[in-house]
Amino acid sequence: MVEAMENIASKKAQFLSNFLAKDTDVNSSLAKQEALKALENLEFPTTRDEYWKYTRVGKITSAKYSQIPSFKVSDISNYCIEGLETYRVVFVNGFFSEELSDISTNQGVSILPIAKARKENTDEIEQYFGKLSKHKTQFFSALNTVFNTNGVFVKIAKNSILEKPIHIINITNAESAAFNPRNLFVVEENAEVQIINSYETSSGSSFTNATTEIYVKEGAKVDSYILQNESDTSKQINEIDVLQESNTTYSATTITLNGGLVRNNHNIEVRGQGSETNLFGLYLTSGNQHIDNHTIVDHIEPNCESNEVYIGVMDDKSTAVFNGKVFVRSEAQKTNAYQQNKNMLLTDDASAYSKPELEIYADDVKCSHGSTTGQVDEEAIFYLRTRGVSEANARKMMICAFAHEILDNIKIEVLREMLEIQIDERFVLVESL
Amino acid sequence: MLRIKNLHASVDGNEILKGLNLEVKAGEVHAIMGPNGSGKSTLASVIAGKPDYEVSGDVTLNGKDLLDLAPEERAGEGVFLAFQYPVEIPGVSNVNFLKTAVNDIRAYKGLPPMAAKDFLKMLKEKQALVELDKKLTSRSVNEGFSGGEKKRNEIFQMAMLNPKLAILDETDSGLDIDALRIVANGVNKLKSADNATIIITHYQRLLDYIVPDYVHVLYDGKIIKSGTKELALELEEKGYDWLTKGVESSELKVKS
Ligand SMILES: Nc1ncnc2c1ncn2[C@@H]1O[C@H](COP(=O)(O)OP(=O)(O)O)[C@@H](O)[C@H]1O
Ligand SMILES: [Mg+2]
Repeated sequence: MVEAMENIASKKAQFLSNFLAKDTDVNSSLAKQEALKALENLEFPTTRDEYWKYTRVGKITSAKYSQIPSFKVSDISNYCIEGLETYRVVFVNGFFSEELSDISTNQGVSILPIAKARKENTDEIEQYFGKLSKHKTQFFSALNTVFNTNGVFVKIAKNSILEKPIHIINITNAESAAFNPRNLFVVEENAEVQIINSYETSSGSSFTNATTEIYVKEGAKVDSYILQNESDTSKQINEIDVLQESNTTYSATTITLNGGLVRNNHNIEVRGQGSETNLFGLYLTSGNQHIDNHTIVDHIEPNCESNEVYIGVMDDKSTAVFNGKVFVRSEAQKTNAYQQNKNMLLTDDASAYSKPELEIYADDVKCSHGSTTGQVDEEAIFYLRTRGVSEANARKMMICAFAHEILDNIKIEVLREMLEIQIDERFVLVESL
Repeated sequence: MLRIKNLHASVDGNEILKGLNLEVKAGEVHAIMGPNGSGKSTLASVIAGKPDYEVSGDVTLNGKDLLDLAPEERAGEGVFLAFQYPVEIPGVSNVNFLKTAVNDIRAYKGLPPMAAKDFLKMLKEKQALVELDKKLTSRSVNEGFSGGEKKRNEIFQMAMLNPKLAILDETDSGLDIDALRIVANGVNKLKSADNATIIITHYQRLLDYIVPDYVHVLYDGKIIKSGTKELALELEEKGYDWLTKGVESSELKVKS
């Protein structure tokens, strides 16, 4: 027993030694101190934890991470959304790339690499940093809080409406390296912003452990897109913590097109009346990929609405997990909460674990949830084929139709079109079982 | 054009078609009638290539063996089935689906894709032919359509694909008299000297509008009687009993 514990302890020490060298100013932030302490006490999550029941992190914790190699991206346009004007913040192998970025902003908006903001706006950062993240209880959140090197700090001033989206592009190219990007968004009263956060691998297999905190202040609107398109051997843990004040709208669409192991923890605290939360997700898995989406929407105040739809298409031997939790606290009367998860399995070896959950402590609420997992409707395939549509096209049509429900919610038209094309192309080669 | 010889089809060891023969020539309209469960829809499905059945015998279209072909290849050869129960396909728009269908059939025939402009023109023309509401074409395939709208959509698709052999499986059921007239009118307009139509129906009603050259009675997996359009009138009057009584009464008992 003692031996086993020592073994675990030494494994943790070994894992953390991948990061230690890079840490510098632990004393600078309260959250960092809290997180450091948490790292001492917390163990790696295991499948015995309800929260990590279907996702093993062994691939992450037993890997050896090398020094981050330097790597240059010559043409950023491959990673941009064609036809879309954006503010652009580019991180290549975790380093902010000034030359590839375009963050010259107008009044009312400030976009800065967080490392820089920490030096220049120390007090402001301290006011928000780590107030939402789960670093006290979640190992990887703590890891990020201690060892984050860079990321973006965005502040949208009161009443400012951004005329173009902010696109944050994370590109990695490393045989095996670990990254801890950390983002902080403060969207002030009645401000409006669209955020796109892309995670791309140029090559190699990285571990990206991202944490993002988003403050949505009274009357503000945030429309957020998370695009995950990493290599088959990459690993990603992505925590997003959102605080919604009253009369706000927070909409997020998470599109996972590729990735070896992906775990998204999307946590929304709705601490204000009259607010709306929309969470959409689309995950397309293949090979041995494992994609896990965990969401929490916590309704604390009355008269709010949340709407959540996650849709997945699983091919080959891949696995998808969805766990969506909606809390309706006793004060949160007149809450409308809707939650839906739909999975399509393309093979007998693919699997889906789905658990939509409602925990309701108020009595005057309208809540519903549901989950379906099935295969392609073969009657429909036959129908399409009798009209001359090739089997491959028929299957592609059925899969794309299934996925489109999520794409239809995307408000940035060129982004929606780009994804439609990517998804169409991806299923060109789907053959019969 | 269509030649069926000694066709057998079974599902899980249950034989449904039991040695069926039929010949349909270009330019002809054949009606197939028969009680429920006699195998009419199965015949249509087997010709269209539904994979559920174990099939033996010969089915050729203009000399080409259909049984070896995938459903989409049969469509490419000119087979079309208007389903008795058209499926709803949420998320797949009628227009996109038809564009893919038209172009996949063209590809099968070695033709280049149709220009978007020509496609739209054809779409409008054929829509008018079956008086299909424009809104329906942009919606998902059959989703939320009424029974009658679904049937009309089948004939619309038929008009778009211009098949050599069209099989209409109880297209008349669920249609009111106006819709019936429109559908029949559409089918009649699509008729030519080098295509053929098989109409599966229970009722004389449709045959008043689309006049068959031949009428067949399908019973227990076989065609037990063939005649001209007068046979349909006789069936309307007398039912099927007078025909089926002689047929293997032992099996009849099992059925009823
Ligand atoms: N896919 C199938 N699986 C099992 N039984 C079937 C299937 N298709 C048809 N049958 C059976 O074959 C018989 C004939 O059905 P069908 O062809 O639909 O008759 P009809 O169209 O003449 O009413 C019925 O007893 C039906 O239950
Ligand atoms: Mg039938």
